[in-house]
Amino acid sequence: MLKLELRHLGALLDALAGQGKVYAPFRQGGRTDFAWYDGTAGRDAAALDLEHHTARAPKDVLFPQVEDLLRFRQQGKKLGLEAAPLPTESVVAFGVRGCDTAGFAILDKVFLQDPADLYYRARRDSLTVLGLACGELEETCFCRTFGLDPAAPGGDVDLWLAGGALYWQARTDKGRRLTEALGAAVPFTDAADTTADTAAGAAADAVPPAVAAQRDAVHASYDRLPLAELRFDDRLYHHEREAFRSPVWESLAATCLTCRTCTYVCPTCHCFDVRDEKTAPGTTERYRCWDSCMDRDFTQMPHGNPRKGKTERFRQRYLHKLVYFPEDHGGTYACTGCGRCLQACPVSLNIVKVEQALAADLGAVGAAPDGKGGAQ
Amino acid sequence: MQKIEDLMRAKAAAVLADGAADCVLAWKRGIFPYDHAPALFRRGDDLADLVYDVFCPANLAKYLLATSRAGERAAVFLKPCDTYGVNQLLKDHRVVRDRILAIGTPCGGMVDVKKLRGAGCGTILAVKDRGDVLTVTTAKGPVTVAKGEVLLRKCLACKGNAYQIADDEIGTPRGTPPAPADRYAEVRTLEGLSPDERFAFWRQELSKCIRCNTCRDVCPACTCEQCVFDHPGSGVDGKAYVDTSQEALFHIIRAFHVAGRCTGCGECGRVCPQGIRLDLLNHKFAKDIDAFFGPCQPGADADSPAPQSTFRFEDPEPEAVTRQDDRRDRHA
Amino acid sequence: MLVTQEQKQQPAAGAAAGKDTAVGKDTGTGAAAFEPKIVAFCCNWCSYAGADGAGTARKHYPANVKIIKVPCSGRVRPLFILRAFQKGADGVILCGCHPGDCHYMTGNYYARRRMDLLLSMLDYLGVAKDRLRVAWVSASEGARFADLMNEFTAHIASLGENVKLRDMRCRK
Repeated sequence: MLKLELRHLGALLDALAGQGKVYAPFRQGGRTDFAWYDGTAGRDAAALDLEHHTARAPKDVLFPQVEDLLRFRQQGKKLGLEAAPLPTESVVAFGVRGCDTAGFAILDKVFLQDPADLYYRARRDSLTVLGLACGELEETCFCRTFGLDPAAPGGDVDLWLAGGALYWQARTDKGRRLTEALGAAVPFTDAADTTADTAAGAAADAVPPAVAAQRDAVHASYDRLPLAELRFDDRLYHHEREAFRSPVWESLAATCLTCRTCTYVCPTCHCFDVRDEKTAPGTTERYRCWDSCMDRDFTQMPHGNPRKGKTERFRQRYLHKLVYFPEDHGGTYACTGCGRCLQACPVSLNIVKVEQALAADLGAVGAAPDGKGGAQ
Repeated sequence: MQKIEDLMRAKAAAVLADGAADCVLAWKRGIFPYDHAPALFRRGDDLADLVYDVFCPANLAKYLLATSRAGERAAVFLKPCDTYGVNQLLKDHRVVRDRILAIGTPCGGMVDVKKLRGAGCGTILAVKDRGDVLTVTTAKGPVTVAKGEVLLRKCLACKGNAYQIADDEIGTPRGTPPAPADRYAEVRTLEGLSPDERFAFWRQELSKCIRCNTCRDVCPACTCEQCVFDHPGSGVDGKAYVDTSQEALFHIIRAFHVAGRCTGCGECGRVCPQGIRLDLLNHKFAKDIDAFFGPCQPGADADSPAPQSTFRFEDPEPEAVTRQDDRRDRHA
Repeated sequence: MLVTQEQKQQPAAGAAAGKDTAVGKDTGTGAAAFEPKIVAFCCNWCSYAGADGAGTARKHYPANVKIIKVPCSGRVRPLFILRAFQKGADGVILCGCHPGDCHYMTGNYYARRRMDLLLSMLDYLGVAKDRLRVAWVSASEGARFADLMNEFTAHIASLGENVKLRDMRCRK
């Protein structure tokens, strides 16, 4: 494990920028969000914010809100097609929390399953994730519900802010390559130096006391959170039909505004639309952009929309996360407990309230607590 | 605050029991001290969850569209600023008066959770309202915050404690946050900048937009059956911005469409997940309407014509509007 | 029909007119000189007839001006104007009947209110205020219509290309 004095953060950012485009959390106007470290005013080492959680998930780095795919050009009587080049430029995402690296893993399940999405795969291959262990938790955090550990971010490199320094541990080949490439440009010291009695061979794996203390502190503060004991009810995805027909949807959806906020801040929402737009006489551009199942025209077809109203759209979003996704992916919920929708929903509806209402209702109708037998 | 909540519960139970209303629109307790959600109560048994405190900013007026459309008579708890929205819905012929039981509910200002977090309350575990101050239990211990410091921006532009429409009232009206000396002070400051500075400000502000449409969806004045932004033929139905010009286009059109009908409830600014100063667009139109066509407070009544559906022979010529601006630019 | 034919002849006429106006100053700089695109929304009853009158009176105005006929100035939504800017117009002019002369009695009064607000908002956002104009032109004011278009075209030419409200993809 390596160690870096916090005053060298600027040098680290610059050295990372030498390895690729850097995507990092910056604090601007009282909120923290991921942005490109590209010389834009207000995005410098001083504004780098490793303390607060970001308002939006960093999924743009793999799945941008808008991505060009094709251009059609009329050339005489022929139609010329130009595919957008694959995004192969190296990218470093700095300071990604455990809930968001888990979000990347869920996006991987969607976009990398056969046939893999070429654009996504190109971005994924050229991305190195620097995970950051959580320091302060928010009351909306519930990552442990999904077996995640806020102190083990799970990036290519894992970072801990502890004892006034940044600790650096490469976990994957990508991470080790990046660590080597940074080389002397960053004044790392060996974190093991602090534990003088450790043998040199074991030192690389040893956890420095500052990191261990930080980890314990985070675990202890997690235990005090309101959602610390929250567990999602696995009966839900074994009882799809009951969940679908539950009477709770009507009342839960009654005050949903069907805006797109929850889907756009979510680290796992991945629906997109493909659109064509005429940009000049004879030229049309095709791009894909985020879509939201909350939208009136989502699944709109020439004959109409199979999801007739707000309740059906609302139900689709939550059943996708709580039932359909775990059914298809071995029990993995399409939620990582980041808590963003709990904070962002303008009318305070969220996945936790929905899950609890639904689980209570299933309990009431007497769905079997385990096994798939209950569904007809 | 507890007392009002009890009165509300009793009132809700009474109107549901005697058939005065088919349903009750109110706020429902959440998981945390602050995440009360708007809710539709249909059974007296559910009313234990009804809550009312400084974390009930949502304007319930918009939900009347659905209940009125369904032919239900809804009792709705309305803070003074929310009553403007109901009048505006009536004026726009979007709801049926007989299907609304408007219950005025006193309000002393609502608290912004984001501001609370900014005021040193990192992990909010409990909140106690002590009148002028809030005592917040955080992961690091108790923090005392002055309520005036953490009020929502919309409450800083409070229009007072009078109900514009109310069939019934709960308790007695409260003292409201101090009304601003000039509601349009920030608009005036912006107007005083040079065109390039204004452009830079708005480019920065609007480029944050992720086109979630929440500002539209929450707005009690946005009531079209099919919104132009959802209409595939409109050319502005994009779900994301591919070019910066689209940001300005969306926001001008949205604000223009509600100009003269926007009551200034401030919900759009409150709900924006990107923190865009939408209030500065709506206030600009409100200020211009006052200046060009005479004073107007949308939602103060339910029958006067909306500014964009009427005219006066002596309205200013567009040329005069811009000439005035030129003069001001030179002074700036 | 007459106007359609007249418009077809405009490139020549426009170039001729250009020499007498400020446009000449810009076009004089070379073959690649800036030619502004101008969209004129004209109401069917007064302004479009005014444009017709300009044609029959052999009054020239620049070919840069593309007329879109609308039933009434009150038909024009702010969105029409913003879309014109977005899709490449450098200037937009809305022409209607003089207040009091509207074929539908009051349509232009509503248009006037709308344009008051739109102009003021565009100014507030720091965009395009000088590029949008509202003018009342009656059916008998053919000469005035031509003068107005000459003057507006020269004005827009002096401002240069519209960038702030334009979809820059359209230039690729």
